[in-house]
Amino acid sequence: MRNLAFISCSCYTQANIQSVLLLFGLLPAPVVACTGYAGTGAIMKVILDSGQIEKILKDLTGRILSEIPAEMDIAVIGIRSRGEVLAQRLSGRLSRHLGKDVQCGTLDITLYRDDLNSPRGTAQPLVRTTEIGFDIDDKIIILVDDVLYTGRSARAAMDALIDLGRPRAIRLAVLVDRLGRELPIQADYAGYKTDAAPGKLVQVNLVESDGKDEVVIE
Amino acid sequence: MALKRKSKQFKWHHKHLLGLRELSAEEITYILDTAKGFEQISTRSVKKAPPLRGKVVVNLFFEDSTRTRNSFALAASRLSADIIEFTRKMSSVSKGETLLDTARNLEAMGIDIVVIRHGAGGVPKFLSRNIKACVVNAGDGFCEHPTQGLLDVYTIRKIKGTLEGLKIAIVGDISHSRVARSDMWAMTKLGAEVTFVGPPTLMPAQVGRLPVKVSYSLDEVIEKVDVINMLRIQFERLGGNPFPSVREYSHYFGLTVERMKRAKSDILVMHPGPINRGLEMESEVADGRNSVILEQVTNGLAVRMAVLFLVNQAAAQEK
Repeated sequence: MRNLAFISCSCYTQANIQSVLLLFGLLPAPVVACTGYAGTGAIMKVILDSGQIEKILKDLTGRILSEIPAEMDIAVIGIRSRGEVLAQRLSGRLSRHLGKDVQCGTLDITLYRDDLNSPRGTAQPLVRTTEIGFDIDDKIIILVDDVLYTGRSARAAMDALIDLGRPRAIRLAVLVDRLGRELPIQADYAGYKTDAAPGKLVQVNLVESDGKDEVVIE
Repeated sequence: MALKRKSKQFKWHHKHLLGLRELSAEEITYILDTAKGFEQISTRSVKKAPPLRGKVVVNLFFEDSTRTRNSFALAASRLSADIIEFTRKMSSVSKGETLLDTARNLEAMGIDIVVIRHGAGGVPKFLSRNIKACVVNAGDGFCEHPTQGLLDVYTIRKIKGTLEGLKIAIVGDISHSRVARSDMWAMTKLGAEVTFVGPPTLMPAQVGRLPVKVSYSLDEVIEKVDVINMLRIQFERLGGNPFPSVREYSHYFGLTVERMKRAKSDILVMHPGPINRGLEMESEVADGRNSVILEQVTNGLAVRMAVLFLVNQAAAQEK
């Protein structure tokens, strides 16, 4: 009985998500699978599978190429951890299209977070390394993250970048654009849009870090 | 690329860093991992990051120091903290103010972190129990000098990859050395085998109870070790006549070019500074290709940034 209740409940939200997808015209096929994540107790639904993620990356690449003149110096910088992986894929695609090497770096934003001095419940973020092996001065930086939500990570990332130099411009590219901004920040290149309720988890899994490509929602 | 979503559930909860003896291997490793992220701040164009913005750090030094004091001051300012320099000679301590009164008065001005060095062991612990600010031990008596221990293991780990299974000799005036003690705790917890080397007169009385091997002959150990840490002979602390002459000490326990020929080719030569050139180490060795003495100083900055960051984080979680 309990299981049944769960299923009907998730079908309801599933319908909701599909309508949102249709609204943004971003739904290639209404394939939405349910996955129970062991141990968490929460029902996670796959909202993007690997094919859809590939398609979004292709689309983002196309939009970046159409807007930024080819003679401009572009570099891609990903925010740890999932943005790092997406940035590597994006820079690979851009390199192939432009026929030149588009540099790629990784940014750790922990030291620039705005919640460092407020109490947190569970684990604290580990300060990791920033690995940008090139000069960012006068380049157009495509800043990449997996999910844009409150906008606070993007704010921290911009401050961190400015401490490394003076780029010609910073553009923000994200795989998932989630409703709920707390700062006046918008993505220049957004893939999939969602209005997942506050408190719900939107999780991006990628082959390089998690074994498979998918975006799941609680 | 080792990215795991749920692996980083570790939480640092020490608002004071008093010594390495009470830390676990996991906690020491966490500091070292954190320090890695701070290294690049010192190499970029804007050598500053904001995590301690609006915080005040006091350098409360009751003993002389150049390296440690400046390293802490620079670390604090690179993290955007404000720093107050306190030295014994320029303060009311010379008018008879007690340690606790000095600290409480400084605290009344709204400080967040006290970095303290004192000639008496246990002073940082005493202070941590009596004031609200975070306390970081920058050397207390013959007890501990935790940030030196951390930067030593950080330097070794960075070059050798791990401390697991390494043979390390710490040579010289062990009995007066807080560096030897902090090194010993950090190195043994991370899996290295430590040997204290020196004349019997410079060994601590209860050395048999420590987790180290003891040798009274540098010639016996020089061929076997992967790392050698040469301690400074601290003339200001030596009482009596621990060795007949400086020349004799240097003959038996100095790291000479001659002795280096018998060492492993990739041995790391370390020294906490300041060096008595020609006494515990010949200049050619101190400046030689195996020497990592200046890397130690550079790494010290990253390690101290990590420590200041972490104790402040723990204090923030307490609120």
